[in-house]
Amino acid sequence: MAEKSGMHMEYDINKEDFNSAGEASSKVKKTLNMLGVDNKVIKRVAIAMYEAEINAFIHGGGGMAVADIYTDKIVIEISDHGKGIENLELAMQEGYSTASEEIRMMGFGAGMGLPNIKKNVDELDIRTGPGEGTDLKMTFKLN
Amino acid sequence: MRVKEVAELLSAEILYDEISNDERDFEHVVAADLMSEIMLDTAEQSLMVTGLINPQVIRTAELMDVYAVVFVRGKEVSAEVTELAKDRGITIMSVCQTMYETCGRLYEAGLTAGR
Repeated sequence: MAEKSGMHMEYDINKEDFNSAGEASSKVKKTLNMLGVDNKVIKRVAIAMYEAEINAFIHGGGGMAVADIYTDKIVIEISDHGKGIENLELAMQEGYSTASEEIRMMGFGAGMGLPNIKKNVDELDIRTGPGEGTDLKMTFKLN
Repeated sequence: MRVKEVAELLSAEILYDEISNDERDFEHVVAADLMSEIMLDTAEQSLMVTGLINPQVIRTAELMDVYAVVFVRGKEVSAEVTELAKDRGITIMSVCQTMYETCGRLYEAGLTAGR
């Protein structure tokens, strides 16, 4: 069983404030930098977590970001209470998006989020369904 | 290419000058209005060129280790964006030219694609 390094962080993803979306990712990145984690891993965590955080804001109406740092892995969980993903297979395809034009004008919602998340994680567990919200568990191995 | 050289080349107005970035050598450029494209992959020592002016540009830059952003078409950048750039240590500048012209000048000067 993995030994816990004692780092557990939780952040709200505020559904009212698009400008603050990404703040949790920024804080986790800073912590990983302070802990001296390999830069390449930090970048992968930052990319995947930020994309997931933006998704939780866009599609989930806000939610929660939880980060746990162990000696052998980093686990990030982003959960929202939105309407869930109706067709996960389609959502994993690059270019498929249900985002509004307004979100696209803000620089997101082009259907690149989930595929990019998948590319950057070692393990990805998605629990979702119509009306059930979405829960993304992303694992990054260390060493 | 240093920040000051980029600003001179583009006749840019520096909106926030982060002193610690003065010695950075920018070798590459990533240009997009879609932040998801910047998030795909960005090489180190990249400069970002964009027409988007919301705070997520600064957050994207921060997370991708991009230390300087050029806003094109002379768009007015809000105080919120400038404050966030200051807080995150990211140099920001504004140019009157279009993205096409801006990238053209940077390309001519020898900077290559950041991804």
